[in-house]
Amino acid sequence: MTSQNTQSDPVILEMRSITKEFPGVKALSEVSLRVKAGEIHAICGENGAGKSTLMKVLSGVYPFGSYDGDIVYQNEVQQFKDIRASEAAGIVIIHQELALIPELSIMENIFLGNEPARRGVINWGEARKRSIELLARVGLREDPDTPVKEIGVGKQQLVEIAKALNKSVKLLILDEPTAALNESDSQHLLDLMLGLKAKGITSIIISHKLNEIEQIADEITIIRDGKSVETLNIVADGVDEDRIIKGMVGRSLESRFPEHTPEIGEVLFEVRNWTVGHPQVADRLVCKNSSFTVRRGEIVGFAGLMGAGRTELARSLFGRSYGNFISGQVFKNGQEIHIRNVPQAIKAGLAYVTEDRKSLGLNLLDDIKTTTVSANLKAITKGLVVDKRKEFTVAEGYRKSLRTKAPTVNEGVSKLSGGNQQKVVLAKWMFTGPDLLILDEPTRGIDVGAKYEIYGIIQQLAQQGKGVIVISSELPELLGLSDRIYTIFEGAITGVLDKDQATQESLMRLMTSATRAGNNAAPTAQPA
Amino acid sequence: MKALKRIFGGDTRQFGMIIALVALVLFFQLFTGGKVLTPTNMINLFNGNSYILVLAIGMVLVIIAGHIDLSVGSVAAAVGIVVAIAMRDWGIPWYLGILLGLVLGAVIGAWQGFWVAYVGIPAFIVTLAGMLLFRGANQFVGKSLTVPVPEEFRVMGAGFLPEIGDFARYNAPTVILGFLLIAAVVFLEFRNRRIEARTGATVDPLWVPVTRLVLLAGAVLYVTWLFSTGRYGTSFPVSGLILVGLVAVYVFITSKTILGRHVYAVGGNRHAAELSGVQSKKVNFLVMMNMSILAALAGMMFVARSTSSGPADGVGWELDAIAAVFIGGAAVSGGVGTVIGSIVGGLVMAVLNNGLQLLSVGADMQSIIKGLVLLIAVAIDVYNKSQGRRSIIGMLMNGLRSNQPPTPEKEIAKTSEVITPAEPAGTSK
Repeated sequence: MTSQNTQSDPVILEMRSITKEFPGVKALSEVSLRVKAGEIHAICGENGAGKSTLMKVLSGVYPFGSYDGDIVYQNEVQQFKDIRASEAAGIVIIHQELALIPELSIMENIFLGNEPARRGVINWGEARKRSIELLARVGLREDPDTPVKEIGVGKQQLVEIAKALNKSVKLLILDEPTAALNESDSQHLLDLMLGLKAKGITSIIISHKLNEIEQIADEITIIRDGKSVETLNIVADGVDEDRIIKGMVGRSLESRFPEHTPEIGEVLFEVRNWTVGHPQVADRLVCKNSSFTVRRGEIVGFAGLMGAGRTELARSLFGRSYGNFISGQVFKNGQEIHIRNVPQAIKAGLAYVTEDRKSLGLNLLDDIKTTTVSANLKAITKGLVVDKRKEFTVAEGYRKSLRTKAPTVNEGVSKLSGGNQQKVVLAKWMFTGPDLLILDEPTRGIDVGAKYEIYGIIQQLAQQGKGVIVISSELPELLGLSDRIYTIFEGAITGVLDKDQATQESLMRLMTSATRAGNNAAPTAQPA
Repeated sequence: MKALKRIFGGDTRQFGMIIALVALVLFFQLFTGGKVLTPTNMINLFNGNSYILVLAIGMVLVIIAGHIDLSVGSVAAAVGIVVAIAMRDWGIPWYLGILLGLVLGAVIGAWQGFWVAYVGIPAFIVTLAGMLLFRGANQFVGKSLTVPVPEEFRVMGAGFLPEIGDFARYNAPTVILGFLLIAAVVFLEFRNRRIEARTGATVDPLWVPVTRLVLLAGAVLYVTWLFSTGRYGTSFPVSGLILVGLVAVYVFITSKTILGRHVYAVGGNRHAAELSGVQSKKVNFLVMMNMSILAALAGMMFVARSTSSGPADGVGWELDAIAAVFIGGAAVSGGVGTVIGSIVGGLVMAVLNNGLQLLSVGADMQSIIKGLVLLIAVAIDVYNKSQGRRSIIGMLMNGLRSNQPPTPEKEIAKTSEVITPAEPAGTSK
């Protein structure tokens, strides 16, 4: 499938058989990447496929020696020991989370770490002159003295690029550059990339937005499960979105799920026109008019790419713990309920298992038993006193039934593996006696064996007549687990598919394009 | 060595710090020629430090919750002067004076708690402002003068238990209290043991708690003997009694109640706590308010001891209290700390002060030594944290050697998740 390198374009970068292992996990396995000088090269793949890891290897975040394989850049094998080394060679990476300092001005940010100075004294005149030039090059009409926090994300992205240009970049890497941008900012950025290309700068772009890739990229390398699958030439291979999707998901669905016969009852939980604003950016919506239902005993999947607004939706429903609530209604068993904070959400029978176990889900100083009871302490308290015997009994019960691998429930949660930590978090929420569980990336960072067990637990919960929402970036997981799948794109629900209608391709299509939104929102699978 | 570790180690890690304390006492006892462990000196030590220890109790909660309170000295002074003036000029009786002081403490605490919890201003700033504000209030209200307090009020800072009868030369109430304390310790030890046995914790063989109790009871008996055999009319001081009572109450709150759990939860991981339904604002408010109430109490105890309230009362107390808490094993980042640990930490500082004074070490050297002790104690804490251990207490238990099991493979894999949160190191399909 690999397109032939017919032209005699010089190759600026070649990564040969890059293998990067973390203990127990092979993140990259024999990945190869050839980037020609002066082209825009796209890297596509699902979340977790290894794209970012590959770029971290290239930019020296993972230093030479921590991976196998060669990086040949400008015809020399490189041994970058850190980011500075790769930047000195002209490789600049712009991460999804921008590395700008909000309080500093545009000019100060551009020259941060690279100040024009003599004997430690910065020549601000020179800096201003150069920053005006650089801002003109990236098409940003702002006073260089404006603090970065006062300009929008789109413009901040341009400042990052100006900063890169100042470092005389030869190879520019953009990781999801348009993920946080609106339509017109995205378009401006894409035009800028084409402009840079015309000036001879090579770019690598990582993006989930396939239409953008189709628009600007010359070649695409697809990475799947830590392996490079193929490199396609947009023009020569006549690539379109469908072709890319096929490459990204093209794998067989193994039977990695326990047997389960769903017993689906009446509608348990309904959300109507849920609209939520971004907590910091005033006019940005993270949830746009979302409506959905969950029935008793049903496992409902939520598919969407990173940043699509899945977590934002879940957390804003869970006691408004994220964003600015604007409008929307929640019904449970046909009755409207009002949930304004987390204690009310828990009381209303909601449970939310966060995608970010370490920073939002667990107090790593705690042990298993204190964590297990922490969301429902009242249940084990007599008068004023927390009953430690009851605490133990409860925690021990869950440890046994969920088969959490730990010597005792007195073990600190920080010592557990990801899978066992997740079981403790699930136990914590099961102990609150919820009717609806929202599980955000329930198997992230968990090995395959433990995943199977977690799937089993999820199915059991559904079997008990609870509603379960599973948010996941892994389509096979959603397809294997869910009875119905909603897709989210840029904060809006773009469709819902029944288990038997859904395929990875159909989901990916709804997840990556706004143009198809709306029409699919009234699907056949909508329960009566 | 292993046996010793068993006796003092295990769940009650404070014992490590206690060893340091005992070593310090013995050191000074030896080098002062026996001046430390005398009834008079011990009474001085308690009376002169109980108010700092009261502050340490409140401060450890503040620090566990992830905050700090710099205003306690000024709050104590402000409350002290108001109470003194109220008793002198308005003629209110001593018990209403105490009540007034506590209510005033609560009001001040509510003020500070409001800014910290509900407006979201860092406690460092709020209490720095409070430090200036309430120092000024003290001098404004008292016109920078010294105001004496009545005799009855002085009992809480400098009083003793009554002499009942004449049992040879022993003070009866002190002896009774000593035996009650021993009985309570024995009862709690075996109760805990029973609970541990039922809750799957590894239970020590019987000789371990027995040895521990014998040592502890011995220590209590010795202290009882010291306090009960002092000059006629002296006994275990009232301020010490207040302290013991507070310790009991706050140990109970921190280890047995929902509120206590929530304080640790908020300090350990505020976001996780909130997503578990903990109302962190309320917790922060209560913790700050509680601190000011205890500061008010400490201020009154000090005024009672020094027989009058003055414009320079409480200067530098916040630092003593904070030092006690950190020496006692609390973590700078919150979530870790114990009431007992802080009391022991405060006693370490107190004994250090007292011993150095008895050795006629100048104030300059005293300050240098105390500074170094604090720095080293927290340095050990930070080092231990980086090694995945908990606190100075654990360190003292383990000596300087690392007896941690090698980090399991999976732990290392998790580090990679942290590095690449967007794409957890090949979440491997």
